[in-house]
Amino acid sequence: MTLAHPRKAAPVTDAPIYLDYQATTPLDRRALDAMLPFLQEEFGNPHSIQHGFGRKAEAAVEQARANIADLIGADPREIVFTSGATEANNLAIIGAARFRARMGDGVKRVLVFAFEHKCVLEAARSLSDEGFTVETLPVTADGFADLTALEAALKTPTSLVCLMAANNEIGVIQPVAEAAQLTRAAGALLHVDAAQAVGKFPLDATALGIDLMSISGHKMYGPKGMGALFVRRRPRARLLPLFHGGGQERGLRSGTLPPPLIVGFGAAARIAAAELDAESKRLERLSLLFRETLKTSGAIFTVNGALTPRLAGNLNIAFKDAPALDVMAAAPHIAVATGSACSSASVEPSYVLSALGLSPEVAATSLRIGFGRQTTEAEVVAAAKALAAAAGQAARPDAAA
Amino acid sequence: MTVYLDHNAAAPLRPAAAAAVAAAMGLIGNPSSVHDHGRRARRLIEDARTAVALSAGARPADVVFTGSGTEACQLALRIGGRTRLLASASEHAAVLQAPAGARLLPLNGDGILDLAALEAALGADARDAIVAVMLANNETGTVQPVRKIAEIVHRAGGALVVDAAQAYGKLALDLNELGADAVAVSAAKIGGPLGVGAAIFRLGVAPQGLIVGGGQERGLRGGSENLIGIAGFGAAASEIDASIADQPRLKQLRDRMERAILMIDAEAVAIGGAGPRLANTAAIPMHGVEAATQVMAFDLAGYAVSAGAACSSGKVAASHVLQAMGLPSPTVAATIRISLGLTTTAADTAGFVEAWRTLYNRKRQ
Repeated sequence: MTLAHPRKAAPVTDAPIYLDYQATTPLDRRALDAMLPFLQEEFGNPHSIQHGFGRKAEAAVEQARANIADLIGADPREIVFTSGATEANNLAIIGAARFRARMGDGVKRVLVFAFEHKCVLEAARSLSDEGFTVETLPVTADGFADLTALEAALKTPTSLVCLMAANNEIGVIQPVAEAAQLTRAAGALLHVDAAQAVGKFPLDATALGIDLMSISGHKMYGPKGMGALFVRRRPRARLLPLFHGGGQERGLRSGTLPPPLIVGFGAAARIAAAELDAESKRLERLSLLFRETLKTSGAIFTVNGALTPRLAGNLNIAFKDAPALDVMAAAPHIAVATGSACSSASVEPSYVLSALGLSPEVAATSLRIGFGRQTTEAEVVAAAKALAAAAGQAARPDAAA
Repeated sequence: MTVYLDHNAAAPLRPAAAAAVAAAMGLIGNPSSVHDHGRRARRLIEDARTAVALSAGARPADVVFTGSGTEACQLALRIGGRTRLLASASEHAAVLQAPAGARLLPLNGDGILDLAALEAALGADARDAIVAVMLANNETGTVQPVRKIAEIVHRAGGALVVDAAQAYGKLALDLNELGADAVAVSAAKIGGPLGVGAAIFRLGVAPQGLIVGGGQERGLRGGSENLIGIAGFGAAASEIDASIADQPRLKQLRDRMERAILMIDAEAVAIGGAGPRLANTAAIPMHGVEAATQVMAFDLAGYAVSAGAACSSGKVAASHVLQAMGLPSPTVAATIRISLGLTTTAADTAGFVEAWRTLYNRKRQ
């Protein structure tokens, strides 16, 4: 049995251009190569440590755990593997909130910012069914968490604060260290959804004072279906598991671990650590080139959210008077998005853009554009020209009135 | 090269699953994205869902993909509004460790659920009860009379959840024929990849979600789908008939191996051998030799076997399954599991018998 490499699409001028790197990233070839042996001869169950098949799988899992810990300045024992960032977010939020409510002093209050990922908001909302108070905090017009509001809200005893490291729609990087100080001073835990951030810019969970941090494999060129939760050891962030079973992952996450996915995730972490600096500079140049090309192509647009600090590979652009869905329809070979992938089939305006105070009209003209490791200068120029032309075609000045 | 006889812990990928995984690795899109990349990923997932549904006699809409068999079990147990959990004493930890705590139902000496005890535990009105029974046990291969159990459970108004993880791919699985309200399966047990499972619900039965998020899996399981895992699962599920058709061959190998070992040692016994069993599984004690010692000795001799379920095989606790069958503790402590699969040959099992003989003779000296 051999696994062939997936065929590479031949580059042609009207070839599809993928600019949706915040929805998902392609699996890095090197991560794929690392995975292949574990899909073939090294197929052991990593918990069967009494024979060689299992021990090899276990060793590979632990190597990957160390790679991921290295990337975020953590101890390998602080990494709990999950099936993705969504599960990590669920485990962190529901697990930490329940722990304090049931095993601690009974405080049942959780704070979330209005622009958090849907799975964070949903996990928090599910806690309100269990009698928790869930308070939503505002964000500024530039797309930053409102820390004044956080400080005020923390005057009431709180178990958990959720603040993402970088927003998935507007890419704005959040003041996590400041939030961590406020949160710890108030005796609460800080959970950071870092799905979009890890591997994109340096993020040291220990130095930043983060208690719980969710990581996604497929947002950093690893496989889908794999993620991790950082759980701080000193001082220890305590959790109850979401579900039970064989007691894997120190009892926090039962279920057989999948070595191929984990090895791919670990390789992706190792690659990100080595290439993060150079790659983010390259993406910044591509982002600038994209905006310049839009301008020289006659597009009229604004960028939603502060330009800095921002994920180098993210832009969220409102084309004047041009409905986003019409722009996408006029340039169907450019893969971009109107918002997060989970809700991209929805026609509702983005709640993230609404939280910034943008009108539904402006939100409806906004596109998320994501650059990444496989994006070339030629693609950026071609996509900017195509989107500028599409926006010109789609513009309906009267419709906005 | 070590001979792998631990297929109940994890099985090598079937070639078709490996091909599907490789193809999916080359796709870029998020299955929830509406652009062409996303739609291609979505199609892959929906094709896999259809294949898994067909392999379990269910409709595609009844299949919820999860991150493991364990998560599938726990999701299946969350079917609406029931507060009482009754479980056979030989259930996997994925069921027994349910947060509310399960009331355990006894087994007979062959490992079969005591149906009278089930009826008594259900009581006249069991509308508040879920009964969890595994179709086949992971340690002994014992097959439960699930249809009969379903009749008893439903007569009293209870719901039946079947952990079919170990039976899947070895016995034909049909949700309606079984009479289960939900079943849980795992891809890795049928030659699909690790890290993906499914909870499958009977029409009209819906659980309360365990992991909430972006509304994937009809709102029952949030998170971007494990694309390559699900693609591999679908491909393995498409070959379920071939997997089931291989069982008579495995039964012949297993039975021959057991007979040969029983001839070496009159004290050895094929545990669960008197009742209905999976064709590929053998649980055999070598009296006086700790299971962990045997497993390590066999590993050195070139045979990978196990001392019970993989999730607990690193621990020293005695098997709760063997204890529930009423086996004496010296037998429980000395029992190992040998499980065959697609890649197992007659030379493998014959070689294992010789390794067993060698270890047995060495320990008797």
